[in-house]
Amino acid sequence: MPTMEFEGKTYEVDEEGYLMDWSLWAEGIAGEMAKQDSLELTDAHWDVIRFLREYFEKYQIAPMIKILTKELAKKYGKEKGNTKYLYELYPAGPAKQACRYAGLPKPTGCV
Amino acid sequence: MADFKVPELTGEIITPKVTLGATSGIKPFPANEELMGKVGFPAKKSADWKVKFLAKMGEILKKYKSVRVFLDICVRCGACTDKCHYYLSTGDPRNMPVYRQELMRSVYRKYFTTSGKLFGNLAAARELSDELLEEWITYFYQCSECRRCSVFCPYGIDTAEITMAAREILDSIGIGSKYNLAIINKAETIGNNLGMGGPALRNTLDFVEEEIQEKTGVDVKLPLDVEGADILLVTPSADFFAEPHIFSLEGYAKVFHQAGVSWTLSSHASEGGNFGMFIGNYDHMKTINGRIWKAARDLKVKRVIAGECGHAWRVLYSFSNTLHGPFDFLDPNYRVPQHICDYTLDLVKKGAIKLDKAANDDFSVTFHDSCNVARASRIGNEPGGQFTIPRELINAACNKFVDMAEETIGERTFCCGGGGGVLTDELIEVRVKGAMPRMQALKRVKDSNGVNFFALICAICKAQFTKIFPYYGIEMEEVGGIHQLVGNAIVLGAKEGV
Repeated sequence: MPTMEFEGKTYEVDEEGYLMDWSLWAEGIAGEMAKQDSLELTDAHWDVIRFLREYFEKYQIAPMIKILTKELAKKYGKEKGNTKYLYELYPAGPAKQACRYAGLPKPTGCV
Repeated sequence: MADFKVPELTGEIITPKVTLGATSGIKPFPANEELMGKVGFPAKKSADWKVKFLAKMGEILKKYKSVRVFLDICVRCGACTDKCHYYLSTGDPRNMPVYRQELMRSVYRKYFTTSGKLFGNLAAARELSDELLEEWITYFYQCSECRRCSVFCPYGIDTAEITMAAREILDSIGIGSKYNLAIINKAETIGNNLGMGGPALRNTLDFVEEEIQEKTGVDVKLPLDVEGADILLVTPSADFFAEPHIFSLEGYAKVFHQAGVSWTLSSHASEGGNFGMFIGNYDHMKTINGRIWKAARDLKVKRVIAGECGHAWRVLYSFSNTLHGPFDFLDPNYRVPQHICDYTLDLVKKGAIKLDKAANDDFSVTFHDSCNVARASRIGNEPGGQFTIPRELINAACNKFVDMAEETIGERTFCCGGGGGVLTDELIEVRVKGAMPRMQALKRVKDSNGVNFFALICAICKAQFTKIFPYYGIEMEEVGGIHQLVGNAIVLGAKEGV
């Protein structure tokens, strides 16, 4: 099983670096993952991560992308409330990259 | 963006030079022991794997005569070699359908035919080995079970069935694909491939209702688990999660609303897709299919309609009867099941709903026939309805439509490159490359007709093209469902004369 190190602790991750146990997540882990991707996390990145965590805690699944973009629109204005902006924040894909930083499992299915 | 060479868009599909082993390093992630156990397969490969392998293969040969016939009758004429999108785009000869099948056929000769037992290599027979196993794992997951090669095979050998049998054998010795088995586990335990439980589904549907309200001012409902509704809609769960899938969901809801019918989704069968078929496992296919008919009974609906999903439609249309029929508890006046395109087009023709084509005037549209709809099913009552009905519906919903080159559509359609259980990121290189023939055909109609809307009726195709269009320099927003166009064009509100 692959692992990732953070602040002296070892975390189990899958082949693509998703945490095996979402409940072990700490904010610093998102920062560490972003660092490895040479991505700097801005407030907007963090808003996405926090929203994903909150939604997951409630529903045990990440939200539909549209729910996420609408949330961004509320905070940053309509021009930022779209998939394009999410891809600007998370170039590898909002569901996949943002979920990984948020410590959530990768969405499965025909998505 | 990619650490491999993305094919250049020239508009031409050229048969490549053979490059042995070009994609030999690309394999699916293995399912771990826990997951294997959850779906009822051995946790891992054991020391006596060869015994188990041959036992399963023998069982399949006995149970499915078709597989034995397909293994026996190939004359290696080569008609299939340049028909596979993966061969055309990678040049790896193992992706020639005949060569891919040879991986199983050589084992068949060695252990199940007299000549192979006696003459071994001379009779093109191969012994089981770890090396051969690696080739199986690699190349039977570089087949999307699209069956294009079968159209050109003079004997009608169904390569997909060989691939399915191969995956079933691999699973039976403890070697599974993480992507496929995780999905099967979620569909069977939670109700859909995403693993979206009832509360999350309801929350999502509420959100879609709000969206439609905001955009149109009309209260369109998306009912869930409503007992006594007339129609049960079974759609791929991607419709509840991803873009552009969600826009088709809005389209279906608007159609039902405007038709004034009662309909429902089911939280227990909130998935049309059936990955049991992709891994050639009859029991899983039956279990996943059974959820739908159980939901139809429990909710006491009169009819079942299937949303935009290719392989869901194949299993529902082609196999449901033998898996779970007869369906005498449903209203015999309706097709069981009915495709959403068939349903919507019928309403348009009767004048029960009205489409304003001008609403789609920004789009120049083409249609991609998805493999499992095109080559493994029918829509409607007439032969070829799976080709004509979607096109008629598109033409009813927009003013500008053009087909791609004839040899790339209809029953000769090219796969999206991500079907059949390969829509997973570790296979991205073969996915991107495998889309090449389709992309070349698209390039031609983009150049000639300015096509900017690529219409589909398959969730896998939608996810695949959304992901790979940017590799080819095309905007992902150009991908969409037919019911996205319908949803744009449908005239909501009071009907004329009513």
